[in-house]
Amino acid sequence: MFSEFLQYLFTGITIGATYALIALGFTLIYNASHVINFAQGEFLMIGGMATVSLTAMGVPMLLAIVLAVVLAGVLGIALQRLAIAPAKNADVVTLIIITIGASIFIRGLAQLVWGKEYHVMPNFSSEEPIQIFGAVLNSQSLWVLGVGAVLVAVLVYFFTRTLTGKAILATSMNKDAARLVGIRTQVVLMLAFMVSALLGSVAGIVVAPITFTSYDIGIILGLKGFVAAAIGGLGSGMGAVVGGLALGVVEAMAAGYLSSDYKDAVAFSMILVVLFFMPRGLFGAKVVERV
Amino acid sequence: MFKDITRRASKFAAIAAAGLLAMNVQAAEPIRIGSFLAVTGPASFLGDPELKTLEMYVEKINEEGGVLGRQLELVHYDDAGNASKARNFASRLIRSDRVDIIVGGSTTGATMAAVPMVEQAGIPFISLAGAVVITDPVKKWVFKTPQTDRMAAERVLTDMKERGLTKVGLISGTGGFGSSGREQTLAAASAMGGIEIVADETYGGSDTDMTAQLTNIRGTDGVQTILNFGFGQGPAIVTRNYSQLGIELPFYQSHGVASDSFLELAGNSAEGLRLPASPLLVPDSLPADDPQKPVVEAYKTEYEARWNSKVSTFGAYAYDGLMLAVEAIEKAGSTDKAAVRDALESIQGHVGVTGTFNMSPEDHNGLEAESFRILEVQDGSWKLIN
Repeated sequence: MFSEFLQYLFTGITIGATYALIALGFTLIYNASHVINFAQGEFLMIGGMATVSLTAMGVPMLLAIVLAVVLAGVLGIALQRLAIAPAKNADVVTLIIITIGASIFIRGLAQLVWGKEYHVMPNFSSEEPIQIFGAVLNSQSLWVLGVGAVLVAVLVYFFTRTLTGKAILATSMNKDAARLVGIRTQVVLMLAFMVSALLGSVAGIVVAPITFTSYDIGIILGLKGFVAAAIGGLGSGMGAVVGGLALGVVEAMAAGYLSSDYKDAVAFSMILVVLFFMPRGLFGAKVVERV
Repeated sequence: MFKDITRRASKFAAIAAAGLLAMNVQAAEPIRIGSFLAVTGPASFLGDPELKTLEMYVEKINEEGGVLGRQLELVHYDDAGNASKARNFASRLIRSDRVDIIVGGSTTGATMAAVPMVEQAGIPFISLAGAVVITDPVKKWVFKTPQTDRMAAERVLTDMKERGLTKVGLISGTGGFGSSGREQTLAAASAMGGIEIVADETYGGSDTDMTAQLTNIRGTDGVQTILNFGFGQGPAIVTRNYSQLGIELPFYQSHGVASDSFLELAGNSAEGLRLPASPLLVPDSLPADDPQKPVVEAYKTEYEARWNSKVSTFGAYAYDGLMLAVEAIEKAGSTDKAAVRDALESIQGHVGVTGTFNMSPEDHNGLEAESFRILEVQDGSWKLIN
């Protein structure tokens, strides 16, 4: 009995850690521009697919990961320069729609370059699962959790301690005022897209051994990550992690104790409840709109 | 005056030339085979090998002199797996291309969208899609080459019974293939008797971990074996979770993952699992007296030599469809649509890659559940069990 509960919990943590890591990517661009970047899932996909195809060409794993992350970063800059910057005076909704268009474009391109098949990436450490009290945990889950924790710490440090981070926050709060005090807002935005792409690709690489990777993995994972980010409160790094883990654990528990048919329904009802009572999510900033 | 004569002369010449051309066309008018396939889009893994197969064998048959002394001409459209496009293309094939027979329809949706047009126009149609609804109830003009998911379910359950496994835990995907497979498995189990589905779990197409469902099945009283009906990456994840959990029960997959790319995804964890599949996966281990052996081997070698890529079960559906069409036209001795249809319906003992077809007015598929072979994964490759 206990071992079953533990198994559901581990399953939930594995799924949840994946969601959390993806949710983190949404927070950064949201912080900088209040835009929800729906191409975030595509950064994940680029990370995973580029790593897999580079290792298949004989590049050592570590170098392949670095190259994939760099490629995603370049893509993030390109996305901001070529798609977002030309529409700089458009409102947030238009920009969000642009990111959806960009995601379809990137996915199409990836399909042409890499084909449509699913690919495997080996676990970073052992393929052997870890046994705890009769339940098993995929060793890669620990990597996902660890990388997630490090990224949260880095994000918190970046936004509270560095000038660039503060500049990003300032731009998001009031673009005109930020420009008045000498912040180059377009550069800040570009930076936000680049860092977010780096973050997304790292997430894509770490979760690939669990989820497999293919050109369209970004749709699925991106959406779940967005949901996790919304539960936690968009823009909060801590919220993204808690939201992701909560979503994963609720899904696994529902599949285990209720019925696997209803697990998604339970997860989505949870979102409704959370957003109903806490419209800005669990960790969302309390914003007072001045009239 | 002179102008007039030249004009008349040139007119005459033009008419004569046109007449000559028309006569030429008359002599070698090709047999037009129409097709709509999902060559691009999400179902392109079906349509792509199917189109390659059709192109290559139409070419080959033409080099060998064609059918009834006439050349074959393939008229093809890409429906991208979209049912409304398939409908339009079927209509275009019938009305403006005036094809003699249609071999196509990669997906069940595309096939069923075209069926009303085909039935109304009265043109023989050989579908390459899987679901049982295509030929059950029987439609006058519609035939199909792949086995149904019902046969796959029956084949798996029979193999389980032979091993003395009668309590089955079922886990299926919620996509079209998985949910239809689940229904057919439940129906087949109650129709066969002596075998019981004791657990019935599902997972979504985007799920990345199925250990919760598997833990539940493992905890079910008396469960002796587990069957996964699904498609795409889901079954590979189920397989990996299965081995991570260390479940020792015999494990079955469906024909939906009978491909080498599944082995690649699932890796070591696939070891020991069984599934129903086309003999195309194991041409070398077929016994020498197996009637399908030469057909399967020839198709595999020719396809792989021509396209330099791995042969797939789905391409074989197109191969069988084209060969059935050719046999029917030869038997009918013409391309008269009603005669070809009757000939198709009376085909007996046609040995194809997928199986041996025995058509009848009650059965427009013509395959038995036994045409599926049970394969087991041993040392990372497929082994023929029976």
